[in-house]
Amino acid sequence: MAELITIRNLTKFFPGIKALDRVQMTIRTGEVHALIGENGAGKSTLVKILTGVYTPTDGEIMMEGKKLVFHNAIDAQQQGIVAIHQEASMFPELSVTENIYMGHHQRGKSHLLSWKEMKSNTKALLDRMQLDINPDTLVKNLSVAQRHMVEIAKALSLNAKCVIMDEPTSALTNNEVDDLYRIIRQLKAEGKAIVFISHKFEEIFDICDYFTVLRDGQYIGEGKIKDSTPDKIIHMMIGRDLSTMYPALPSFDPKSPVILKVRGLCQNGAFHDVSFDLHQGEILGFYGLVGAGRSEVMRTVFGIDRSDGGTMELFGKSYSPRGPEDAMKAGMALVPEDRQKQGLVLAMTISKNITLPAITKLSKKGFTDRKGEEDYTVKHGEAMEIKAAGWQVDADTLSGGNQQKVVLAKWIGTDPKILILDEPTKGIDVATKAAVHEFMVEMASKGKAVIIISSELPEVIGMSNRIVVLHEGTQMGEFSGDQITQDNIMKAAIGEKVECK
Amino acid sequence: MNGKTALNKIGKWIGGRREASLVILLLISCLLIGVMSPDFFSSTNVDTIINDIAILAIVSIAQFFVILSNGIDISVGAIIAFSGMACGMINQDHPGTPIFVIILAGLGLGLAMGAINGALVAYGKIPPIITTLGTCSIFRGSTFLLSKNTWVTAHEMTDAFKHFPRGRFLGITTLVWCALIVIVIAYVFSRYTRTGRAIYAIGGNPTAAKFVGVSESKTRFIVFLISGLLSGFAGFLWTTRYASAVNEMASGFEMQAVASCVLGGVNFAGGSGGIIGVVLGALFFGIINNALPSLYLNVFWQLFVQGLIVLIALMVNTIVDDRKARKLLAQRRVSK
Amino acid sequence: MTDKTNKKQDLVAASRLVDETGLKNRLIEFFTKWEVLLAIIFVLMFIVFGSITPKFLRLKNLLNQSGTFMEKSIMALPMIFIIMCGDIDISVASIVALSGFGIGMAAEAGAPTPVIVLVGLAIGLVCGLVNGLLVTGLNMPAIAVTLATQSIYRGISKGVLGEHACTTFPESFQFFGQGTLGGSHIPFSLLLYAVLAVIMYFVLQRTVYGRRLYAIGSCAEAARFSGIKVKKARVINFALMGLFAGIAAVILASRICSVRSNIAENYDMETITLVVLGGVAITGGKGTVYGVVISSFLVGFLKFGLTLMKVNGTYQTIAVGALLIIAVLLPRLLDMFKANRKLAKQQAQARLEEAGAVSK
Repeated sequence: MAELITIRNLTKFFPGIKALDRVQMTIRTGEVHALIGENGAGKSTLVKILTGVYTPTDGEIMMEGKKLVFHNAIDAQQQGIVAIHQEASMFPELSVTENIYMGHHQRGKSHLLSWKEMKSNTKALLDRMQLDINPDTLVKNLSVAQRHMVEIAKALSLNAKCVIMDEPTSALTNNEVDDLYRIIRQLKAEGKAIVFISHKFEEIFDICDYFTVLRDGQYIGEGKIKDSTPDKIIHMMIGRDLSTMYPALPSFDPKSPVILKVRGLCQNGAFHDVSFDLHQGEILGFYGLVGAGRSEVMRTVFGIDRSDGGTMELFGKSYSPRGPEDAMKAGMALVPEDRQKQGLVLAMTISKNITLPAITKLSKKGFTDRKGEEDYTVKHGEAMEIKAAGWQVDADTLSGGNQQKVVLAKWIGTDPKILILDEPTKGIDVATKAAVHEFMVEMASKGKAVIIISSELPEVIGMSNRIVVLHEGTQMGEFSGDQITQDNIMKAAIGEKVECK
Repeated sequence: MNGKTALNKIGKWIGGRREASLVILLLISCLLIGVMSPDFFSSTNVDTIINDIAILAIVSIAQFFVILSNGIDISVGAIIAFSGMACGMINQDHPGTPIFVIILAGLGLGLAMGAINGALVAYGKIPPIITTLGTCSIFRGSTFLLSKNTWVTAHEMTDAFKHFPRGRFLGITTLVWCALIVIVIAYVFSRYTRTGRAIYAIGGNPTAAKFVGVSESKTRFIVFLISGLLSGFAGFLWTTRYASAVNEMASGFEMQAVASCVLGGVNFAGGSGGIIGVVLGALFFGIINNALPSLYLNVFWQLFVQGLIVLIALMVNTIVDDRKARKLLAQRRVSK
Repeated sequence: MTDKTNKKQDLVAASRLVDETGLKNRLIEFFTKWEVLLAIIFVLMFIVFGSITPKFLRLKNLLNQSGTFMEKSIMALPMIFIIMCGDIDISVASIVALSGFGIGMAAEAGAPTPVIVLVGLAIGLVCGLVNGLLVTGLNMPAIAVTLATQSIYRGISKGVLGEHACTTFPESFQFFGQGTLGGSHIPFSLLLYAVLAVIMYFVLQRTVYGRRLYAIGSCAEAARFSGIKVKKARVINFALMGLFAGIAAVILASRICSVRSNIAENYDMETITLVVLGGVAITGGKGTVYGVVISSFLVGFLKFGLTLMKVNGTYQTIAVGALLIIAVLLPRLLDMFKANRKLAKQQAQARLEEAGAVSK
């Protein structure tokens, strides 16, 4: 094991944020190095700098003694640093072989591409990873897990020296995770350096050798995995006790009226037979691995997608929305997963975004009412404490946390009775995250019903009165009270049967 | 392999490829038409059809590469006109010029015009639809200027010039040979060269293409060069085939080329499609147009039928895609 | 001590940069707006042409001339909505052809003027609706669908009319394209255009529907998630487009008093040119009605001026094509300039936030 990449004093500024502040990290060959930190700690910024997407504001990266300067992503790749992205890196209409070879197709004797050779090489590569995938399959026909594997195969074919994996197991089944571990161990044996980013401590302690912890963009500490414990690392991650991390939930009376009744909801290919009750004043958590179908369920409840079966009852009346407008009329609001493409219209101003769902209410006989919109914006924008130079500023100039606040302000203005939040704290800084949590508690105590979808187990446990767990479209269980433990929820999420209510 | 598995395999192959369903459609329509008018399959009629669509096939291939890269080329007709007019005029003013020189002139002009398009799109970063909308007017206008508002009639062309597309080699006209050569080269280019595959990449996922080192601007530039080159060639062929060069020639032809692509299963968003489908699409139009009289429709209904076919093709594509997507989702659940 | 004053000056400069209401900022924002630049070019054109041919500046001539490009200008108005939402309609010329066909047939059959007009409008509206329903129903890109309907609509006209030309139109009908108001030289079609343009302006920039269109054009998904009925809006856009094409057909037919299957050929591309030239982004989400009004008159009078200067019609076609390209190329440079300013603003904003100063 030798030092491959040394990062010293790495700093990166963005407008309004210090994403990285004098971070250091040592990546060694033949070692699996866990990069640990909460959302907004700076992990993805670090990865983007390593892969040449961002340039650092200060600090240096040395590889094998030489200072590294990347002008673009290709540079990084050619130097041997490869990150496993997800959709962004694949060509869905092209075959697995071609996805691996794009950019450096192999030529035969006649200077024409030699598909036979490329196909057999790809087959060999896939066999080496013990993957049963036909090299001719179009990538769009592969499952999420298979696409991951192909990405790794691609990294191998590029003779990467350092492979960076960002939450690689979030969409994998148990068997597939074992496959991944096997491949990682193989890469280790071949002398590659692996950077492993994950929130799941079981995995980190299963497969990683070393760790570095970041918090709020700063380097907190590092060490050998075998010399540490999850509690110690969590403490470094959060800087305080787990128990004080989340606000106290308002006491929830399970006998409070049921506002939303969902029975047997199905959507072909996404989920089937989902049933739950939503009470007034409760925070209902939805947990599951990526691909479990949670967002799909909520999109159906909100009317964005159609259901293929099942019934819903809202405030005692039958409810089948033909579109989001019906859901909104019934008093629902959805803060979607993709902030930039679903939550906001980036090209519009903060004010226009906040007033968008309420625009008809604020209008006078169909004409827009500027003064009314201004007042509305100020009222709700200030309530969410949005930090911006002005309300007429375009939304795309805001930081992630502020953007999320705009989305929240937008929906609070509609005075919803049910607020659905899909991954509301993904990719935002810790301070805003806390603000969002407090906001959720405030809503619940005012008698609204809140649903939160989260992939972060601590968050969903800390913030929910009850938790529904989905696994690949199937509802595995509903947990409340004492049954809410990391163990139970995790087991249900990966498909094991657990005793619950 | 018993009959059932064989049928299953064929069914899978068909379902998986748009071209295959087009082939079936073609066969069925040919059968229907053949029943209504047996002359349809005579060798003279077949010959007429493939000669009729030879130029369309070439231009459809030009349009194919552009659509593949998620663009469109509206100036194709104008490029045909300009280079066609130039070729006609060279032949008129300098009757002694060897044919291959005139061909080179046509190719060269097409290439130059394609370069203008390419530069504006790839380096000026102007969306293809707007660029080619503008250059369409410019090239078409230039045609008028070049010809000083006159045209070249058959009388003013040399016999050798007019005979070019009609000469036969192994029973097939030179015109069709030209188309065949273009088809073969285009096929090889699109499947067996790095640049060809790069076009698929930038159409399919430009961000990913950047990640693997495919230069988007260079590839887009080449795409328009190809389109211009083929259109320039088509211009020469057009003038010799119809023995006339008028300023309005090939007006709207780019849309027919796009229609062939749509029929041939090329996705407008880019990233998927094949030469074979495009050629079959052009062939299908040729067959329908040829069969119009036997279907008791006068030639004036050609335009309507064309549009109807494209619309039906779009509807079929939608239904097929829908079914495929649902099937895949269901399969994925089962496999888990 | 100097450090502190430097920092303070830096903050002051930063806040000046970020302050949207400061005079310098407002001036720059104003003069780099496309519509303003168009207006400047418009005025320049008048000065240039006016000094070369005084005939150009005679109001009578200008008014007369405007009557010749009202059809395209009218069609450009709803095209704004369509392009704004990220769609496109290349079948508009064919809708005019089919509408014209209906108008011609109705006139030949001896129908009274109101009926003729109604036929034209109805056909246009139906064609537009069909386009809208197909585009939203098939979920195919608008360019592909309107490519098909482009051939279908004109194909019907061609199939029925063949080479025939309808030339009999009642006198009252001819007023739409040829009539003027009272004794003045103001063409009826110009007045009609003015009314329509004002209506479209209000709809786009002052109503809820218009705000929805901007949202749809900028990010259709986000619009949907905010409860906007995207499909319904798009269908309305296409229907409106068809209706206006019908209006254009009425005016065109009554102006030239002849309808063949090839009327209005190429109008689709010219209409799109007017819209893009008017500052509407082809990617959607950006544009104004007054920008397109300016560009419509710009192109119309440009052609007029060139004609007066005995410049060939061909050069005019080339000029418009070149104008379109330059008009799109220049903003690329403008955008780069704006992007630099935006970056500077973001950094200034960051420094302000750090210092704790948040102004509203």
